[in-house]
Amino acid sequence: MTHTLRSLSTLLADGKASSVELCRDYLARIQALNPTLNAFITVDADRTLAEAAAADARRAAGQAGPLTGVPVAHKDIFCAEGWLTTCGSKILANFVSPYDAHVIEQFKAAGMPTLGKTNMDEFAMGSSNETSFFGPVKNPWDTARVPGGSSGGSAACVAAGLAPAATGTDTGGSIRQPAALCGITGLKPTYGVVSRYGMIAFASSLDQGGPMGRTAEDCAWLLNVMAGFDVRDSTSLERVKEDYTRDLTKPLAGLRIGLPREFFGEGLSGDTARAVEAAIDQYRKLGAETVEVGLPNSRLSVAAYYVLAPAEASSNLSRFDGVRYGYRTPEYRDLTDMYEKTRAEGFGAEVKRRIMIGTYVLSHGYYDAYYIQAQRLRRLIANDFAEAFRQCDVILGPTAPTTAFRLGEKADDPVQMYLSDIYTIAVNLAGLPGMSLPCGFDGQGLPIGLQLIGNYFAEAKMLNVAHQFQLATDWHARAPQGI
Amino acid sequence: MSLSIDDVQRIAKLARIRVNEAEAAGYQTQLNGIFGLIEAMQAVDTTGVEPMSHAQDLSQRLRADAVTEPDRRQAFQAVAPQTEDGLYLVPKVIE
Amino acid sequence: MQWETVIGLEVHTQLTTQSKIFSGASIAFGAAPNTQACQVDIALPGVLPVLNKGAVERAIRFGLAIGAKLNRTNVFARKNYFYPDLPKGYQISQYELPIVEGGHLSIQVGDAEKTIRITRAHLEEDAGKSLHEDFHGMTGIDLNRAGTPLLEIVSEPDMRSAKEAVAYARALHTLVTWIGICDGNMQEGSFRVDANVSVRPVGQKEFGTRREIKNLNSFRFLEQAIDYEVRWQIERIEDGHKIQQATVLFNPDTGETRAMRSKEDAHDYRYFPDPDLLPVKLDEAWIEQVKAGLPELPEQKQARYRERFGLSAYDAGTLTASRAMAEYFEAVLAALPARGENAKLAANWIMGDLSAALNKAELDIAANRIPAKQLAGLLARIQDGTLSGKLAKQVFEAMWNEGGEADAIIEAKGLKQVSDAGAIEPLIDEVLAANPKSVEEFRSGKEKAFNALVGQVMKASKGKANPAQVNELLRKKLG
Repeated sequence: MTHTLRSLSTLLADGKASSVELCRDYLARIQALNPTLNAFITVDADRTLAEAAAADARRAAGQAGPLTGVPVAHKDIFCAEGWLTTCGSKILANFVSPYDAHVIEQFKAAGMPTLGKTNMDEFAMGSSNETSFFGPVKNPWDTARVPGGSSGGSAACVAAGLAPAATGTDTGGSIRQPAALCGITGLKPTYGVVSRYGMIAFASSLDQGGPMGRTAEDCAWLLNVMAGFDVRDSTSLERVKEDYTRDLTKPLAGLRIGLPREFFGEGLSGDTARAVEAAIDQYRKLGAETVEVGLPNSRLSVAAYYVLAPAEASSNLSRFDGVRYGYRTPEYRDLTDMYEKTRAEGFGAEVKRRIMIGTYVLSHGYYDAYYIQAQRLRRLIANDFAEAFRQCDVILGPTAPTTAFRLGEKADDPVQMYLSDIYTIAVNLAGLPGMSLPCGFDGQGLPIGLQLIGNYFAEAKMLNVAHQFQLATDWHARAPQGI
Repeated sequence: MSLSIDDVQRIAKLARIRVNEAEAAGYQTQLNGIFGLIEAMQAVDTTGVEPMSHAQDLSQRLRADAVTEPDRRQAFQAVAPQTEDGLYLVPKVIE
Repeated sequence: MQWETVIGLEVHTQLTTQSKIFSGASIAFGAAPNTQACQVDIALPGVLPVLNKGAVERAIRFGLAIGAKLNRTNVFARKNYFYPDLPKGYQISQYELPIVEGGHLSIQVGDAEKTIRITRAHLEEDAGKSLHEDFHGMTGIDLNRAGTPLLEIVSEPDMRSAKEAVAYARALHTLVTWIGICDGNMQEGSFRVDANVSVRPVGQKEFGTRREIKNLNSFRFLEQAIDYEVRWQIERIEDGHKIQQATVLFNPDTGETRAMRSKEDAHDYRYFPDPDLLPVKLDEAWIEQVKAGLPELPEQKQARYRERFGLSAYDAGTLTASRAMAEYFEAVLAALPARGENAKLAANWIMGDLSAALNKAELDIAANRIPAKQLAGLLARIQDGTLSGKLAKQVFEAMWNEGGEADAIIEAKGLKQVSDAGAIEPLIDEVLAANPKSVEEFRSGKEKAFNALVGQVMKASKGKANPAQVNELLRKKLG
């Protein structure tokens, strides 16, 4: 099951397979492998097959788009009407969404059936998928290891061929880091390209949905479906609809690749450094030139992020109070008792930690020293990128400092866990697009991710840069064996 | 800086999260670890730098004043913990 | 010791939009619980706010009307606290950069005029309602009101008595209804007043500690609540206590205020700019357009009435108590010939007989049954001498009760004033013949006797004789 979206699209168009047949195959594979991987929180075969049958009917009626009938998996952060939508949390463990996210509407409009809702770190807070109320996802390359997070279920299911592609969201690296750790390709678009309506909020000013697939080309196809202006999201950008595949085949001659010196220093594991260096050599062979750039404030991105994201989260998660939906503690004395128990029991440890950090940095007397200071640093970090993009077309570096770590290895050390996102967070703070693509394996056979960062709205350019690399290499075509 | 147990209890209260004494000590250690990471920010002089709230420097779009939402009470309350006569029920509120 | 009262008001005005401030749900009053609470209003996971242009436009209108500064960039922030009628766990409001800053409003208390400064006015969303009727010991939450657009108007602590506070609240009520941003319906909660009250010894510069009386929904309660609160605070201080800052509720049944169960974490609202909403920018062309659409304001009208028509400050104030009142007055004038004294005549009738009739019927001027043209028709007949004051009152009564034009009523009821000497003289002769005693008294110098004779003649004419004419003819006869 290592089909690309293009190959599935061709199968369907040529009448060699129906959507129902494709979905049955994927559902069978999910049934066989999900108990091992735990990549899905919800699978609803009847619902999927009904959607597939509708897609086949649409094709029969001559109304199929390029991806009609191709199934995808959705991160369980996207509200989908009639689907359990948990966000990886006990507090939403019984929440059947009464409405669709904009992203889900877009997939429905394209006629793409949903294979299921994928596991994730609770409220997207985590880099290992271990904070999910529904248990950790296992990395298909080594089931003793984490898949990364927070979109770990999406990354694992694509890597293991349980779905041809999946949606993810990325607040500080949650698409790119699990893509890297699972050996797939994932893209976080420019903030505002994909509507946040119906995407359960973690940190509103940083959250962005994006595609996760086997290849850059798949991501381009998927982004064509996901992206689009939505009046219901005030931060959605009103832009002409783009075809993200338009530049895929452009040659890279003359491309200027910026290499931030801060991304190649201490803390980077030897194998990762070597793989990224090899990728740079590959790009030179493809005609690109490299230029050293500086992102001096990026070293503070983790600190600024762990003020801003928890601050926004502490407020965003106040709505989970046991009044209108979701979990309510069974026994309580009074209103305050109900609130405090509901939230203490409904949220996991990492979510509670972040709510407490956020509450603290916004509270009286600390706001300026923490929140405002972090927002100022955010500006400096964004300015660094603006400066760098005067000298280059795309920035390149590692996605994560290490390959997949062992389950439980960092679970009790939040600070070490947070540093997993050291190369990805600055991109969210600036609101820029970033992506990760496979560029090699470490000594233990674990995939290594290469990160590309583009200027605002440079998604098509980045996909071109990634696609040309994938034409010249086969890292993306490797699949985990033996699960 | 470092958070005291009282600080932990105060913010837990503000956030409406019940934290017992044993948990408070754990939170104190973890939060202080995280604040150790955050404190790195304070070394930077950001005088004169405009705080950045949004990824893009854009202004708010305005919606035309029109009623567009139908009544969906039944669907919404199907997932509610406790309702009666169309109302959400909560433990008694005392003003 | 002599005490001085210091009052500042925070008024929540519900804006007259169709839909909510951040969602497309209706704000119509009186719907079944939670049927006007859409996914955004009940804060389902994943939903987002989008700002209603109508709400912003109304805030601009208000800012222009009070001569305030309009912040060309204003920002929505989140005010975080937990309450079951607050679905998101935060209220979207404006904090550091409100849309309206500064401005002022003139009030009149007795003969004195005073200017009250307005600190700011900001847009925010209303909360839902908690229904405390017993649901097995639980409270019911209705979120229909959640997300209703409010403009919170905050004054400086410029008022020094309950009377001044009421005058300010009334002037503000007049203004917001006048410019059409609020329907002013206090029973339905469209205009709610919070009063910050403190006292200090006369001559002291610093303000005393204030207590905030929440949610007063009538001018009468506002006055009663402040009066009670002031007495209470003075007594406490004179008894040697200190006033603690508090939020209090007014109980209309007892006429007393009492402190609310204090919220443990009050005043740590953790405001921060709402990341879901971008800064609101007001462009000059829009502001100009709103300005062009503003009606003549009460203060401008008052000045015009005083200068052009020579009305007193009191009359000008009364006639501009509402836009409907002023428009009625102007419509009556427009239907009369342009003569200076017509304004005074119209003013007297509107503020006198018409207002009395409206009060008695408990009707607002907007529900007036006498069209302006009809009243003007009546006034014209007074002007041309067809009706005496007394007859005019009868015509007015008929007009109020049965409707119809003045001329038709006069005709039908035969209420026309008789000014024909040929018709009056025989009546005078009769009266003189029947009252020799009065005639004698008059001739011996008693002026009072003359008045008695006039009265008799008027009576004989059934009130229709022109009194001036009767006077003149009677004197001639007795001459």
